[in-house]
Amino acid sequence: MGERERSGAPPYGASFVSRAEVMDAEQIKRAMKRMAHEILERNGGLDNLVIIGLQTGGVEPALHLVEALEAIEGTRLPLGTVDVAFHRDDIGLRPVLPEAPTEIPVDLAAKTVVLVDDVLFTGRTVRAALDALHDFGRPQSVQLAVMVDRGHRELPIRADYVGKNLPTARTEAVAVTMHSVQIGEMVK
Amino acid sequence: MNHLLSIDELSEADLREVLRITPSFAEVAQRRIAKVPALRGQTVALLFYEDSTRTRLSFEVAAKRLSADTLNVSVSTSSVNKGESLRDTAETIEAMGIDAVVVRHRSSGVPSQLTKWVDAAVINAGDGWHQHPTQALLDCFTLQQQLGDLAGSHIVMVGDIKHSRVARSDVTALTMLGAEVTLVAPPTLLPPAVHTWTARTSHDLDQTLASADAVYLLRMQSERQNEALIPDLREYTTLYGLTAERAARLDAKVPILHPGPMNRGVEIAADVPNLDQVVVVDQVRNGVAVRMAVLFLLLGSSTVDLPVESHSPEPRVAIS
Amino acid sequence: MTAETLLIRGGTLIDVTGTRSGDIAVVGGLVADASAAPSSARVIDASGCVVSTGLVDLHAHLGEPGDEAVETMTSGGRAAVLGGFTTVLAMPDTMPTVDTAAVVEHIRSLAQSALCHVEVAGCITVGRAGAHLAPLGELANAGVRFITDCGSGVQNPLLMRRALEYSRPFELTIAQPADCIELSADGQMHEGEWSSRLGLPGAPAEAEEIMVMRDIALARLTGARLHFQTLSTAGSFAIVAAAQRSGVPVTSEVASHHLRLADADLASYDTRRKVEPPLRDRSDVQAAVEAVADTRVDCIVSDHTPQSTDRKERPFDHAEAGSVGLETALAVALTQNISIEHVLRAMSWRPAELLGLGTPEQRTITPGARADITIINPQESFTVSTSSSATTGTNSAFEGEELRGRVRATIVDGHVVVDGYEVTR
Repeated sequence: MGERERSGAPPYGASFVSRAEVMDAEQIKRAMKRMAHEILERNGGLDNLVIIGLQTGGVEPALHLVEALEAIEGTRLPLGTVDVAFHRDDIGLRPVLPEAPTEIPVDLAAKTVVLVDDVLFTGRTVRAALDALHDFGRPQSVQLAVMVDRGHRELPIRADYVGKNLPTARTEAVAVTMHSVQIGEMVK
Repeated sequence: MNHLLSIDELSEADLREVLRITPSFAEVAQRRIAKVPALRGQTVALLFYEDSTRTRLSFEVAAKRLSADTLNVSVSTSSVNKGESLRDTAETIEAMGIDAVVVRHRSSGVPSQLTKWVDAAVINAGDGWHQHPTQALLDCFTLQQQLGDLAGSHIVMVGDIKHSRVARSDVTALTMLGAEVTLVAPPTLLPPAVHTWTARTSHDLDQTLASADAVYLLRMQSERQNEALIPDLREYTTLYGLTAERAARLDAKVPILHPGPMNRGVEIAADVPNLDQVVVVDQVRNGVAVRMAVLFLLLGSSTVDLPVESHSPEPRVAIS
Repeated sequence: MTAETLLIRGGTLIDVTGTRSGDIAVVGGLVADASAAPSSARVIDASGCVVSTGLVDLHAHLGEPGDEAVETMTSGGRAAVLGGFTTVLAMPDTMPTVDTAAVVEHIRSLAQSALCHVEVAGCITVGRAGAHLAPLGELANAGVRFITDCGSGVQNPLLMRRALEYSRPFELTIAQPADCIELSADGQMHEGEWSSRLGLPGAPAEAEEIMVMRDIALARLTGARLHFQTLSTAGSFAIVAAAQRSGVPVTSEVASHHLRLADADLASYDTRRKVEPPLRDRSDVQAAVEAVADTRVDCIVSDHTPQSTDRKERPFDHAEAGSVGLETALAVALTQNISIEHVLRAMSWRPAELLGLGTPEQRTITPGARADITIINPQESFTVSTSSSATTGTNSAFEGEELRGRVRATIVDGHVVVDGYEVTR
């Protein structure tokens, strides 16, 4: 799920107008494969790993990562989703509803959680996700995998696995699917 | 949505939205720490003029699960206070700085009147014979769990419809979701101009039960037999009660609902509540989730139009 | 105070004899020919206005004695003249109730502080308790012409029969609010689709109509003069019309709020609109307007019932009933597009006739008549606001609404008490 806050963010009710494609489907697929290998290398295998995608943008990438890891190691990791609407720090400022219930299929104690999101921006969504996860238990450690890191962090959060580093201006917008990553802007 | 006073004021889209997001709130109850900080720092006052442990607790748990603070305002129900200025009480609470008032009162219209005197969001927890919107929401949610899509389903509601705020709210809500509702009661317990309601009526419970997909029993108060509305409770139970025989004739898949508290032996035979198809416990559990959803919608969202990204029309494209 | 000499210029004169344009003068408290006005006469500009015999309200609660905190003769009188009323019949549900000549005299002296004429209505039963007849002869000798118990009226049919019979020699009119209280039971509003939707107990139209039928039968039996107060249902108007056609001397009135507001207007539970009898459904409102236009109903009244805010700021089923009306009754009737001639019949010469005020000639705008005159601008609009009204009651069923038809000037006994739409004394 992308981050959606503050002044400088696009006007309400605007739509995305693309300026350029920065990753095509093939590049995305290769990046996911690379990240899967990095996860394996960093953790010395798949033991005690849980993949959790952030609603909504991180759900599909999380699924693709699980499949990529299965293709390499033959093991299908447990996959969950977390909706951070309740833990946002801008509650009361904007209408944000949970898209879907949070589903954590396993007990997180002594597990390494790999949080997955499509875009890392200010870091606030990830902070909210960390809070949400702790309602479910105390993981051994949490790592972060994102498809795109577009900079402009406002909190001390960093990604462990990055599909693409994409410097952007604040007023720009980034649109992500599993087939294309595009940069553009929001226009009313 | 600034207040929740009546199901009449909800659009079908609003109604479906509440039902759609309720599972997210139900899930919170399953967590090891069954609490989210969504409404942290906000205060919800519980202004219950009528005694109601069940509903008040439900709202209290809902507020606390969202990390809101609750303020229990116990109002004496002595007759001395019957004519007490509503405005005085309202302004007293308002002065303490609250974000929402959940109010239950014996008199219809009180929640609506309160909106004139408080800035807070007002949630109707039951006013006189008028409305009980959160009850209707949890009933719809429970029925959806049991029956799936309610369009075309036949819901039978039995009891003192005339004096029932649950009936008024539920008929509107269920009809909005496409269900067909039949109200079963003696003529004296049907409301005036019932032909203007979006429900059918019947005085024959046995015939109506034969085609019921769900049965909703309303509480029958013993006072009604003193008001020349029914001869006595015995006759009421014979003609309109869910006796053991009637329950036995029902298909086991037909859920039986009741808003509580039950008058065992009157509208429902003493042992019938133990049947699996009686889903009262689900109703209570769902009540907390639904009330969390309502509190979240009223307090967690804002009507201020701050700059925010649009949600992309394609569900899989995230803009950031 | 010496009467002024006035010249009322440029208006359209309407009274019971008809409509004509012309100027008219007031000399020594009486109407005079325009030529009789000296050049020093004060000119009242009535251009674009209707000049009518003064409005007469057959039903107003003036607060005094007993409820002075809510309204007094002074404030009520100011409200009356602003609404164009030169005479108001004060209801006897005061404290003490009007069941002796002494109380009648007391109220007459209190009424000195009112800017309009105040006629005093008496009670039918002692203390309005519905048990024993009040001394009707004594009341009649004290000048009372209308008697009513207000509230629930006389419920007991035997007592009502006796009252009707006993009143006959005294030329008293027995006025009755029509309501079978056992049928209307705990009704807070009209029983129907809206009471069903709002979850409030309702009073069916039949509760009023059955009493209308009952008392017409008793009036027929006894030959007495009967007047129904504040009728509200289409059925009531029809029943009364049929009785009139068959020769029973029955008359009736309708409150101005029943000419415009219906039960649907209670959707927000606004207690200022809680009245008795309750607001009925739209078809009844339509029937009321038609009944004024075709004279089936004799009078429009204000049913002015001021309440303090604490009596209204309660849950709907505990709020006191009533709305103020003196300052808005005329405008409501005109805003409902009833012709001015029909409105003035219902608010001026017909109630004056029923009250027996003066002789028929004296109830016109012709030389020699008492100078009680109301000057109305039918096009002037205003927004109802009790905070800037003369009445000290804060409960108007029309609060915030825009109404058309405003009283430009009111003359009582030859004195100008309202001019330029404002009280001048």
